[in-house]
Amino acid sequence: MKVTKDLVAASATPMVLGILADEDSYGYAILKRINELSGGELDWTEGLLYPLLHRLERLGHVESYWQAVAGERRRKYYRVTPGGLAELAEQRRQWDTVVDTLKGLWRDSNQFVVIPSEARA
Amino acid sequence: MTEDLEAQFAEWRRYVRSRPELRQADADELEDHLRGSVDELLAAGLHTDEAFLVAVKRMGSLDDLSREFAREHSERLWKQLVLTGEPDSTSPRSRRDLLVMVLCALGAAVSIKVPELFGQRFERDGGFYAPNLALFALPWLAGFLAWRRKTAPPVIAALVGLFALGAVGANVYQLGDESQSLVLTTIHLVIALWFVVGVAYVSDDLRSSRRRMDFVRFTGEWFVYYVLIALGGGVLTGLTFGTFEAIGISPQNFVARWLVPCGAMAAVVVAGWLVEAKQSVVENIAPVLTRLFTPLFTVALLAFLVAFGFSGSGIDVEREALILFDVLLAVVLALLLYSISARDPLAPAGLFDKLQLALVISALAIDVLVLLEITGRITEFGTTPNKAAALGENVLLLANLAVSAWLLVGLARGRTPFATLERWQTAYLPVVAGWAWTVVLVFPPLFGYL
Repeated sequence: MKVTKDLVAASATPMVLGILADEDSYGYAILKRINELSGGELDWTEGLLYPLLHRLERLGHVESYWQAVAGERRRKYYRVTPGGLAELAEQRRQWDTVVDTLKGLWRDSNQFVVIPSEARA
Repeated sequence: MTEDLEAQFAEWRRYVRSRPELRQADADELEDHLRGSVDELLAAGLHTDEAFLVAVKRMGSLDDLSREFAREHSERLWKQLVLTGEPDSTSPRSRRDLLVMVLCALGAAVSIKVPELFGQRFERDGGFYAPNLALFALPWLAGFLAWRRKTAPPVIAALVGLFALGAVGANVYQLGDESQSLVLTTIHLVIALWFVVGVAYVSDDLRSSRRRMDFVRFTGEWFVYYVLIALGGGVLTGLTFGTFEAIGISPQNFVARWLVPCGAMAAVVVAGWLVEAKQSVVENIAPVLTRLFTPLFTVALLAFLVAFGFSGSGIDVEREALILFDVLLAVVLALLLYSISARDPLAPAGLFDKLQLALVISALAIDVLVLLEITGRITEFGTTPNKAAALGENVLLLANLAVSAWLLVGLARGRTPFATLERWQTAYLPVVAGWAWTVVLVFPPLFGYL
């Protein structure tokens, strides 16, 4: 199964903010975490993640700081701001609405049964 | 093994840094990501080479990555002039440049006010200010360039000597306010001293044809920047005037005696500094304009020739017409020069080179017609400084363009290498400088200070 690009883009912001709400993190770790949580189904690219992090920083939802790690390497950590938490809460409300609606729709109807039966016909 | 890996990372960093969309901080961040990826693959048992390759491959093509970055950071593609440049590009060197530039610009602005201490007035004594105009600003520009290039003392002495000679040419002859020679000296001293600036520009390698071509490029860009600064200055002047008038204070005195003259002089240095600072960052404008206008001028000149052929009436050669055709030749030469300055020396002759040949030949044809007419006039009515100067310039430009046309034919046939044309143009620059000095120094006594 492959999640479509639009859906990935729409869900990326609450996911990143959600991960950062737990603890400060950096790009590579965020990518790994998404991969883990989705069981490998969501495969984000660097071209998606880093510009997104920079946009969230520009909008004031996250802030960044550099920290030295092993050797001469510096790592850029991101931390969620109060504004970012408010944004996360707002996005969560919206996603709850969407998910609840879809669930209700799919529980009440038998759409899942219809498609294979048509295919057989 | 680790050294090998480090070398690969270094290579990768260089590659990333060549993208304008990606800044140093982004490169660091992405490198950290890449290293995380490599570490994980090493732990999984891959060799360093394999791990690096796989990690880079996973990151996807740099093109895609840059495109995504550009969507978030579109401002980075609109670059990045000296003053607002990214923080990691402000080296101590460029800051020192800025300081020296400000000092030189101030020097130029002050210079034009100095003669007031001796009773000269900018708005009244045109006979003094006009020929000296180039002497207020250009020495400062030359000084700035010489400072940047750490010019050797003998060359500095020569620069000082030439500017002193310019001052002599401008002032010893005591030309009358109405004389033709005054106008001629004014124009030609600017040209002559601009070439002295050129000496300062190429002072790190005086004989190099490449450096002279750089000076030609510098001249074109300087001119474009000066015009832009002048437009901004015009807006500033207009607004200053309007707003102060509105509260009943007339700023006329301030504008005419301080703002305009000092600003115009300082802008000479500022424009030079801008060209030096942005050189490699922004596309050069002059060659772009050249590309735009070469076809248009070619069409206009051909149309003139056709119309001339059909109408059958001669050219009405007044003095103004002579100067007009001088300007025409100078423009054609400039078009030629700036497309040469931007051309890849190794490229084979293309359509544009043929177009240029058509332009030069039609300009030559027109000029020969004009020249015949004028020599007739001069032999009939005798000469004046203006006619002699205009005629001399005409011959000078004609000679240059004729040889250029010959070389362009060779280029179009693939027989002459492009470098010959370039060398011809750069070798011709001292000839033009020599002529400008001649008009300044020899013409007034020759024509009895007319």
